[in-house]
Amino acid sequence: MHVLDFEKPVAELESKIDELRHLSGDGPLPIADEVGRLQDKVNRQLVALYSKLTPAQKVQVARHPDRPRSVDYIRTLITDFFPLAGDRTFGEDLALIGGLGRLHGQACVVLGQERGHDTESRLKHNFGMAKPEGYRKAQRLMHLAERFGLPVVALIDTAGAFPGVEAEARGQAEAIARSLETCLALTVPIVACVIGEGGSGGAIALATGDRVLMSEHAIYSVISPEGCASILWRDSGKAAEAASALGLTAQDLNRFGIIDTIVPEPLGGAHRNPESAMAAVGAALSEALEPLLAMDSRTLVAARRAKYLAMGRKGLT
Amino acid sequence: MDVTLRRKTRQVGAEHNPSPPQAKDHARFCAFPPWRVPRKTASMALMSWLTNLVRPKFRALVGGAKDIPDNLWDKCPGCGAMLFKRELEEHSNVCRHCGHHMPLDPVRRLALLLDEGYTLVSLPAVTVDPLRFKDHKRYADRLRDAQRRTGRHDALLVGEGTLGGHPAVVAALDFSFLGGSMGMAVGEGLVAAAERAVATRSALIVVPSSGGARMQEGMFSLIQMPRSIVAATQVKEAGLPYIVVLTDPTTGGVTASFAMLGDVHLAEKGARIGFAGARVIQSTIRETLPPGFQRAEYLLEHGMVDAVVTRAELKDSLANLLGLLRPRPSRRPRLSLLSGPVPHGARNSVSPDAASRART
Repeated sequence: MHVLDFEKPVAELESKIDELRHLSGDGPLPIADEVGRLQDKVNRQLVALYSKLTPAQKVQVARHPDRPRSVDYIRTLITDFFPLAGDRTFGEDLALIGGLGRLHGQACVVLGQERGHDTESRLKHNFGMAKPEGYRKAQRLMHLAERFGLPVVALIDTAGAFPGVEAEARGQAEAIARSLETCLALTVPIVACVIGEGGSGGAIALATGDRVLMSEHAIYSVISPEGCASILWRDSGKAAEAASALGLTAQDLNRFGIIDTIVPEPLGGAHRNPESAMAAVGAALSEALEPLLAMDSRTLVAARRAKYLAMGRKGLT
Repeated sequence: MDVTLRRKTRQVGAEHNPSPPQAKDHARFCAFPPWRVPRKTASMALMSWLTNLVRPKFRALVGGAKDIPDNLWDKCPGCGAMLFKRELEEHSNVCRHCGHHMPLDPVRRLALLLDEGYTLVSLPAVTVDPLRFKDHKRYADRLRDAQRRTGRHDALLVGEGTLGGHPAVVAALDFSFLGGSMGMAVGEGLVAAAERAVATRSALIVVPSSGGARMQEGMFSLIQMPRSIVAATQVKEAGLPYIVVLTDPTTGGVTASFAMLGDVHLAEKGARIGFAGARVIQSTIRETLPPGFQRAEYLLEHGMVDAVVTRAELKDSLANLLGLLRPRPSRRPRLSLLSGPVPHGARNSVSPDAASRART
């Protein structure tokens, strides 16, 4: 497993445990006590570390290479998944996967931003940076959801929309704006969860939901801390300062009323126990959807608009 | 005469014998002796020598010359020609040599577009500096500086009145105010502008000029993307025209929200319009960008704007459009049976979808 710099003491203990287990394989050594003691120590350290992660550390955790991705969530949580491809205008964009499936039995349209987990899959999914065709596919699937009265579940995990010549030529800005507009006008419920990194316009294009959830150690920001540091501090090395200043953690955004729910992650972050992290997100999504499914479309749209109009208007000092 | 030559002649002229850039400007040019040559010309090598050495001496001799405003001239970023400021203003900041469109502040933008007798719409107060953001400098200080410099409380100015006789609300962004960036004040101002347009049955014309979201407000700026879209949608659903005039530069979260959702998109000649900044793209793809990339004409070619217009023809174009796109009463969608349940806003309105189908 990839070890983040601040996790090194924990990783050392864990490797010690592994070593002991390995040694015990060679002969009957009384190691159970020792392993138990070390494991307790690991847990205590993880609790200490993860209960007070700095924003900069959260950025690292949110981007952890072993963190579960959209494909993992879909594989684990969505049954009868049937992927749907293409924007019917230009092409298919694997940075944004979509399809039909069931979440805890409820049929829905799933949209997931996918970054990939190794070099090959990262290239295939363009590092999770969608192009206009990705956002147009999302719109197409949202309209499909509308036609069949299915709720939309969006999994957000992207550094941002793809910045490139061809994306601009095909109207990246229009595609994002239209996607936001589609989210806001959707006559069916839409629930989004930021599972890793919510990067700027490319994220909010799909995260404009009736309910917005965030995993405990996910981040959601108007600009990457690195980008912010290089513009405002004129030094991309100041990313840690920028991360603190931007207020990009789930805890900050929940306090500001910009997101609705924080989904707890297992001890030591989602990358240490992906299965339980994904199960928690699945349960939280279902819970968020339930009251929305009972609302008529008129009330739903009016409430969604009212929610966004009210944001930032009160509750701030 | 080519541009460089013309410039040189003028520099020499300014030093000894103020000779005019063009014969017809002679009298005007000569009205200003060399020591009053504006500071902006100092970017030219000879001029900087002149400014640093000669001008202080002249100033000392002529005492009081300091009080004379030194911004009488502007250099055209397009062709490098020196332009007499007052004349430039008469041309709405368009270079008369090359037609380059320079930024136009929102006060003059409203005056350019709206008929005489328009009024400013007062914009709601918002929470200032929600994150208490600080880099090298506190955001609160940056904001205060910009406010002091412009005399406005944020980057958006909204006016209401008529445009060529048609009721219109115009919302213009000021690029000189923290890059025209969209934070809570701008988002709230757009909501107010839209509400004003709906209340007075006016068209809403937005004139963005912005670097995008105001990052010092963090996620509070990003959520202005959906908020500004809700504003635009309310205007559209009320059966009123929503027109976007893209000006130089419009990028980032502004382009990716209300600025790309107009019923009609006009772009000022040569304006830079895009999502990602050219530098960001270049550093991502590491190749040279195509000529004219992200310019108004490029967007026209790629189907993202309806027309590229000059500032001189902008008002007439808008007046013509407003004459053709007459406001329609809010109505129930005609095709509701085909589209199933239709969303309704608070105003007995139609869904954008149904509205666009009904229009075609």
